[in-house]
Amino acid sequence: MTTTATIARGAGRVSPLSRQARKGYLRYLLPGAVGFLAVVFVPFLMNIGISFTNWSGVGSPTFVGLENYRRLMRDHFFWSAFEHSIWFIVAMAIVPTVLGLFLAAVLFDYIEPRFGQRVSSVLRAGFYLPQVLPVAVAGVVWGWILNPYGAINAALQQLGIDDPPNWLGDSRWALPSVMLVLVWMQLGYGLVIFMAGMARIDPQYHEAAELDGASWFARFRHVTVPHLRPEVFVVLLTTAIAALKVFGPVYVLTKGGPGNATNVPSYYSYSNFFGSLQVGYGAAVATILTLVVIAMAIVFIRIQSKNEGV
Amino acid sequence: MTLTKEARTVTIGSPRVGRRARTGSSPKRAGSGSRHRRGATRWVTLGLLALAAVLALFPFILAAVNAVKTAGDYAAHGPLAMPHSFDLNGIKTFWQNVDYTNKLTNSIIISGSVAVVGTLISLFNAYALGIGKVRARRSLLLLLLLATTVPQEALIYPLYYMANNTGLYNTKLVVIIISSVMSSAFGTYLIASTLSEFPRGVLEAARIDGANRWQVLRMIVVPIIWPTLTVLMTFFFIWTWNDFFLPLIMLPSNDNQTVSVAMGSLQGQYTSSPTGLAAASLMGLLPAVAFFLIFQRTLTRGAVAGAVK
Repeated sequence: MTTTATIARGAGRVSPLSRQARKGYLRYLLPGAVGFLAVVFVPFLMNIGISFTNWSGVGSPTFVGLENYRRLMRDHFFWSAFEHSIWFIVAMAIVPTVLGLFLAAVLFDYIEPRFGQRVSSVLRAGFYLPQVLPVAVAGVVWGWILNPYGAINAALQQLGIDDPPNWLGDSRWALPSVMLVLVWMQLGYGLVIFMAGMARIDPQYHEAAELDGASWFARFRHVTVPHLRPEVFVVLLTTAIAALKVFGPVYVLTKGGPGNATNVPSYYSYSNFFGSLQVGYGAAVATILTLVVIAMAIVFIRIQSKNEGV
Repeated sequence: MTLTKEARTVTIGSPRVGRRARTGSSPKRAGSGSRHRRGATRWVTLGLLALAAVLALFPFILAAVNAVKTAGDYAAHGPLAMPHSFDLNGIKTFWQNVDYTNKLTNSIIISGSVAVVGTLISLFNAYALGIGKVRARRSLLLLLLLATTVPQEALIYPLYYMANNTGLYNTKLVVIIISSVMSSAFGTYLIASTLSEFPRGVLEAARIDGANRWQVLRMIVVPIIWPTLTVLMTFFFIWTWNDFFLPLIMLPSNDNQTVSVAMGSLQGQYTSSPTGLAAASLMGLLPAVAFFLIFQRTLTRGAVAGAVK
């Protein structure tokens, strides 16, 4: 019972949202606003501030201006981290979207009419389950499967390959291996969204195309995919941003290694913060990462609104 | 983190939306039914898809199969063989070594609190923005959305520093506070969009009857949007359960660790005991699979809420 005033039974009130009435709602914003300031806004500004300093986390930071950013430009660890991010976008956004679209169409448009909804639901759940796992758990499971004496290598040895690679320990294989795990994790996300989207498409389009003699694949290309544009957009945007921010799988599977083979910006800033205690430098990495993420979101949204305009 | 979460929401929320439209298309099915029944292609397709699904579930199967083997059995037959033995010692050892009861309790306390607190904050925010229509609410919502794209790395060091200086470091409370606020960005957005279509007449009637804002919120708004709130609580619970980065940094001590962090720090500890690691994996998988099965219905019921936007 916080409020006793402003029930506005009075006669002077014109609209339900008079100035006074609005004011009364402000107190409900209080917990959120205080929390947001303390947890997001202030730390965000502090992080930018720290990025202009040299600081080990103890004592007082020394202001160094843009020095950290200059150093970033020359730091090939930093650049390779972003290069790996591009691979992670392939693994988390592009491959799952393409595969997911195709699988969703097969499940929705082929399996379901022939075998019933139950069958397609069960299959969908199977693909989706990896999505709900904590990354740490997925990482442990895969770390175990991919280790030199793990299940994959045991299978390969049974097939007669005597010297299978050390998937996560060999710098040539580590990045593709982590990418594979990410595809596995992400596939269900797009799949489920696309299947929901397909239900939105008016079946008449498919019927018309069928009458015109269009094959299943032609309908997929010319009816399903164009209609799913909004879903594809949402999935690509959210997963690409998630790929830029990816941390857990890298931490659990490879710790950015071997060497530098799977290092990503988020892990790089983390290891600067808490590993080498170059807090100012880590803050600079995190700031650049933030800029890249926001820039990508804006570009995506621009492209999308342009497309919608056409 | 937060955007991944957002991404997941839509997902978890979506599964069943589609069914309605689909069932409506029965004429088409009837029409082309005879053609569908012909040919082996459909069985091949089903077979291939089933194979792919099994492949997706392979890690789950492997963990389960190997968790119950003895070390000797594993050494003799390898990871791919069906167990020749049934032994729960690996699971028992893991449970005792890691004190898994404690990890589960921590995760439940933290995730449960975030579910409630995060939803409350979201509800209050959204009440002010969606019903109160306070000034600049569009910019506020935009700001919230923007906040969800900020990587946690850009916030974590100051948060860590602040937690250290307020004595909150290494307490569950700090994780609960931070996660609740971060989740509420998405929650506010979701509830506010639900509320902006809230029937105004109901509110007016309540006001004329003399209800104040708090009463309106508690006795009218909350009951009506309760389904959305339960969906939100479920999301928050699962997100927090799965969260790795924040508890990794904020909860270094064994006593406070969550399931996620305990799992993440297993790597390397158990390499000498593959069955032990499989047992650990299985224990980590089970709660997640249980949530998936339990919440699937709640989550799909919330599909409409998620789709409103």
